[in-house]
Amino acid sequence: MAERAGFLLENVHFAYGDKAALHGIDLALAPGRFYGLVGPNGCGKTTLLDLLMANRQPQQGRVRLDGERVGAQGRKQLARQVALVPQDFAIPFAFTALEVVLMGRHPYLPRFGAPTTADLMIAEAAMAALDIAALRERPVTELSGGEKQRVVVARALTQQTPILLLDEATSNLDIRHALTIFQVARERVRQGDTVIAVVHNLNLAAAFCDEIIFLHQGRVAAAGPTAATLTSAIIAEVFGVESRVARDDFGGTLQVSFRYGG
Amino acid sequence: MSSTQRTYPWLAVGLLLAVGGAIIVSTGLGFIRITPAEVVRVIAARLTGDASLASGLDPVFPYVVLDVRLPRILAAVGVGAGLAVCGVLYQGILLNPLADPYTLGISSGAAFGASVALLCNHTLLGHLPVPLFAFAGAVAALMVVLLLASRDGQLSPTTLILAGVIVGAILAAGISFMKYLADEQVGIIVFWLMGSFAGRTWGQVGVVFAALLAVLAVAVYYGRDLNIIALGSRASDSLGVETGRVRRILLVAASLVVAVCVSVSGIIGFIGLIVPHLMRLMAGPDNRRLAVVAALAGGLLLLLADTVTRAVLPAEVPIGVLTALIGGPFFCYLFRQRGAFHG
Repeated sequence: MAERAGFLLENVHFAYGDKAALHGIDLALAPGRFYGLVGPNGCGKTTLLDLLMANRQPQQGRVRLDGERVGAQGRKQLARQVALVPQDFAIPFAFTALEVVLMGRHPYLPRFGAPTTADLMIAEAAMAALDIAALRERPVTELSGGEKQRVVVARALTQQTPILLLDEATSNLDIRHALTIFQVARERVRQGDTVIAVVHNLNLAAAFCDEIIFLHQGRVAAAGPTAATLTSAIIAEVFGVESRVARDDFGGTLQVSFRYGG
Repeated sequence: MSSTQRTYPWLAVGLLLAVGGAIIVSTGLGFIRITPAEVVRVIAARLTGDASLASGLDPVFPYVVLDVRLPRILAAVGVGAGLAVCGVLYQGILLNPLADPYTLGISSGAAFGASVALLCNHTLLGHLPVPLFAFAGAVAALMVVLLLASRDGQLSPTTLILAGVIVGAILAAGISFMKYLADEQVGIIVFWLMGSFAGRTWGQVGVVFAALLAVLAVAVYYGRDLNIIALGSRASDSLGVETGRVRRILLVAASLVVAVCVSVSGIIGFIGLIVPHLMRLMAGPDNRRLAVVAALAGGLLLLLADTVTRAVLPAEVPIGVLTALIGGPFFCYLFRQRGAFHG
């Protein structure tokens, strides 16, 4: 594998037509860290992930992965380096859960090759980790939103990439399954992989992320280690709500509490 | 292995035998009755060049079988198969189980082209080839739809469907106007639009089967990519599929084949909608398998429908009307059975 330097974004600008979405983004996303991408709706989080996936090209600046322009080696090669759990996961056809998870092996299979036993084992391990082994033969069209979302996460894990992007991967999940996904992601980070997660729940971000990046109106409002970055001042600036950030003894992490109403 | 994966080989072989059987039996049906064994003998005599195989048969049989009935029958099989495979591709590309080969206005384009030719033939200009005009109309409609729907290399299903609806509506107005201009000759246009296999030639059979084999090859080649496209374009891009490119290739391939089918037979609805549906229930959603069994089932179904109108009903009902009359209620039944369609 090429030297792993992670993502490097330099002065990245992106606009949809004349509507600017991101401006002057400078970020270094190093391997082996868990990054939380935080910000209000429409602040450019998904656009930023699209740039990391080479789904879109910046109009200005550069996005590099391990020293090269991202996507320079083609989509299939990139799919072996970066996996994505997208925000929407409607699947209109009745593939079984296992079939969908096995699609994660696509970047490794020759065009007319079938998945091998090894591929099957990787898929089954991912399903077991997310507690959906029992859904194997069930058509995804009959699964609940939460089950389907875990199938999609398992599919991304099956891709076995050193970098995993999560775009609100826990938005449909109850707290137990949300924690499962973050724990699985955390374990990947412990083994040296990188996770970049768009997170709406600040407390999940506080508990799991090594670093937090606040995006606000297309700019990086703050970025750095969670303990130093997650402050009530920045939450007030970015989200416009009053909060208190304090260490919580029960969970052993920083937690954010909000002033509700009044 | 899922249950549909296990039953797939049986389904495919069963359908293949059924198509073969239906071709032989239906060739014997009609005003002149010929037994299946005699049909087989006539065909074998021609294929092997051994005339003794057909000795003792009525001398008119080879003519009826080989020159009258088989071209029509094979054209029906080929068009049915082509429409069904294209239905599979359209549904996969548009991420919509309710899409069919006519969703993007291809049929309206073909109908418009055919109407122009038919109208000219019956007024001033003399002989314009109707199939060629139908084909050109279909391709032109496709190009306009693609042009309208293209945005930075992506072809989003929603934009495509919208573009198809717009183009279709404009062309429908044009067709109505031509029907109005045709005045008392309007029957010719109406009749063509409702589809028919009467009097098809071996040449047309050849064109349809060449198109069918090409689109099957493309469907199987890009089958796994198309499966993954069902996850949505962000996910499929992230899995290494060139989503925009694959969509475009499949769309153009399928549309060209639909254009060929329509130019040969006129507009035959419901085959491209129902067969992919039915086969997805029986063979599962994997497009590589689905394309193959849909081709067989589509060919079988359209052949049965054409045989009913040709040899069973007292008077020939336009095939497009018949497929709609059978297909419509059947689709309603499926719709109620399965509850709401997923997606």
